[in-house]
Amino acid sequence: MISKEEVEHIAELSRLELTGEEVEKMQKDLSSILDYFDLLKKAPRIKAEFNAEKRGNELRKDEIISSYEMIDKLIADAPDKKDGYIKVKSIL
Amino acid sequence: MSDLTKLTIKQAHEGLKNKEFTSVDLTKAYLEKAKKSDLNSFLSITEDLALAQAQEADKRIVMGDFGMLCGIPCAIKDAIMVQGQKCTAGSKILENYVAAYDATVIKKLKEQGAVILGKTNLDEFAMGGSGENSAYGPTKNPNDKTRVAGGSSSGSASSVAANEACYSLGSDTGGSIRLPASFCGAVGLKPTYGAVSRYGLIAFGSSLDQIGPITKNVEDAEIVFKAICGKDQKDATSSDYKYENSDVSLKGLRIGVPKEYFVKGIDKDVEKIIRTSIKKAEDAGAKIVEISLPNTEFALACYYIIAPCEASANLARFDGIKYGLSANGNDLLDVYLKSRGHGFGAEVKRRIMIGTYALSSGYYDAYYKKAQEVRQLIKQDFAKAFEKVDLIFCPVSPVPAIKIGERTGDPLAMYLMDIYTVSVNLAGLPGLSVPAGKIGDLPVGLQIIGNHFEENKILSVARELEKLAEK
Repeated sequence: MISKEEVEHIAELSRLELTGEEVEKMQKDLSSILDYFDLLKKAPRIKAEFNAEKRGNELRKDEIISSYEMIDKLIADAPDKKDGYIKVKSIL
Repeated sequence: MSDLTKLTIKQAHEGLKNKEFTSVDLTKAYLEKAKKSDLNSFLSITEDLALAQAQEADKRIVMGDFGMLCGIPCAIKDAIMVQGQKCTAGSKILENYVAAYDATVIKKLKEQGAVILGKTNLDEFAMGGSGENSAYGPTKNPNDKTRVAGGSSSGSASSVAANEACYSLGSDTGGSIRLPASFCGAVGLKPTYGAVSRYGLIAFGSSLDQIGPITKNVEDAEIVFKAICGKDQKDATSSDYKYENSDVSLKGLRIGVPKEYFVKGIDKDVEKIIRTSIKKAEDAGAKIVEISLPNTEFALACYYIIAPCEASANLARFDGIKYGLSANGNDLLDVYLKSRGHGFGAEVKRRIMIGTYALSSGYYDAYYKKAQEVRQLIKQDFAKAFEKVDLIFCPVSPVPAIKIGERTGDPLAMYLMDIYTVSVNLAGLPGLSVPAGKIGDLPVGLQIIGNHFEENKILSVARELEKLAEK
């Protein structure tokens, strides 16, 4: 069974605040799901090619798209904004 | 006037052409049904937009220059953006989010003169097989309201099956179009990876996601697919692909039946219905070939590593800063933790956690890398199979629609419903669910899988099967 500390560590990496109850449930759920993944150990070994498409680069012209209207719409969706900028809490 | 909402796209188009009714008549009939619905198919009804579009369509129809989808009312999964309308992805974190632009598929539908009735319910961020993970409540199955509609495109399937929309768009990452189509008794097409642009679809698993139609019959699926497919500069994974009609028929066709798909876990009645469909195809002249997809048993584990890994990265954008719900916090990290902690539901959190775990230092090789290897094996299985057969027939789901609440306590039991659908996404293949029979009131879909970009073959054969079923 995955430990409480491990769940809390992964939750922090995931940027998720979990309640005590959620941590407990997550321990149980993740453990059974991870146990299920053990099945893959039985799979034949091959050299992974990954999922990269083999059709080369896709290039397009670097064109300027007039999008002031779009900027306004995007800013409008931000929860906290001022003078056309998105506000963020101070980092330092 | 007879019930306009029962018409297929083709029939409605003929009616519009022959001036039997207008697009406004048609739209009003659907809006009335959608508003009265007790299935929870819709998260929002875009009545003003729909009526304005219907009036525009009627003008085009009078001019006489209009395509198949002009004036036909549709419903859109609420993970696909329609400019100026809310797009919640079934999540509290996007409860008040308004889409700033149209998805490419919406742009294409609008150019055709489509009428958009509303945005349909879904499992939160398209994560789920039952529709019960929506933050706005489960979608009910129109055939039995105590049962789920299937997910994640739950409302897209229920709305079409209940004649609340003439057709709909859904998205499919691991079965999310085919599964609800099967459960509700509609036709659902998950196109080849790259056949349809995903620009404007809220991303879940980017190497797996595809948008596709849910319709009342196969002909309609073809009409909608034709309208939305093709290359898009805004989605680099989209392919320069043009749909071409095919009149492949069952006579002489080689149909593969994977032996690994008929083992323990499949409901006896589901198996019987699928076997009957295969028999019908054989009677119509098809050659049935037993095939082997030897890595089938690993597909579900492979999928439930890769999809959450990609989701954990894709959902990092929901940070309480750029859009959506924002919780108060002492510092920036606190805002992230609280916004995401409050905004996401249980299943989404679980998948982000699995993905983060599988990608984290020390576990990457055992999970993510291993899953990528297995994905390669699964692709090879299908490539080998398609050397011997033209299409593959199999079930969509091992069970018919489950009771609401039946599996919500056990995530793994819920994942097992996807056992026949995830491989298709891992291999990037097209797959269709077409109604094959019923267990009592509950529809069961047959899954037809084709080789890459052979939707035309799938649709041609499905059309023939549909005709055989009518006899």
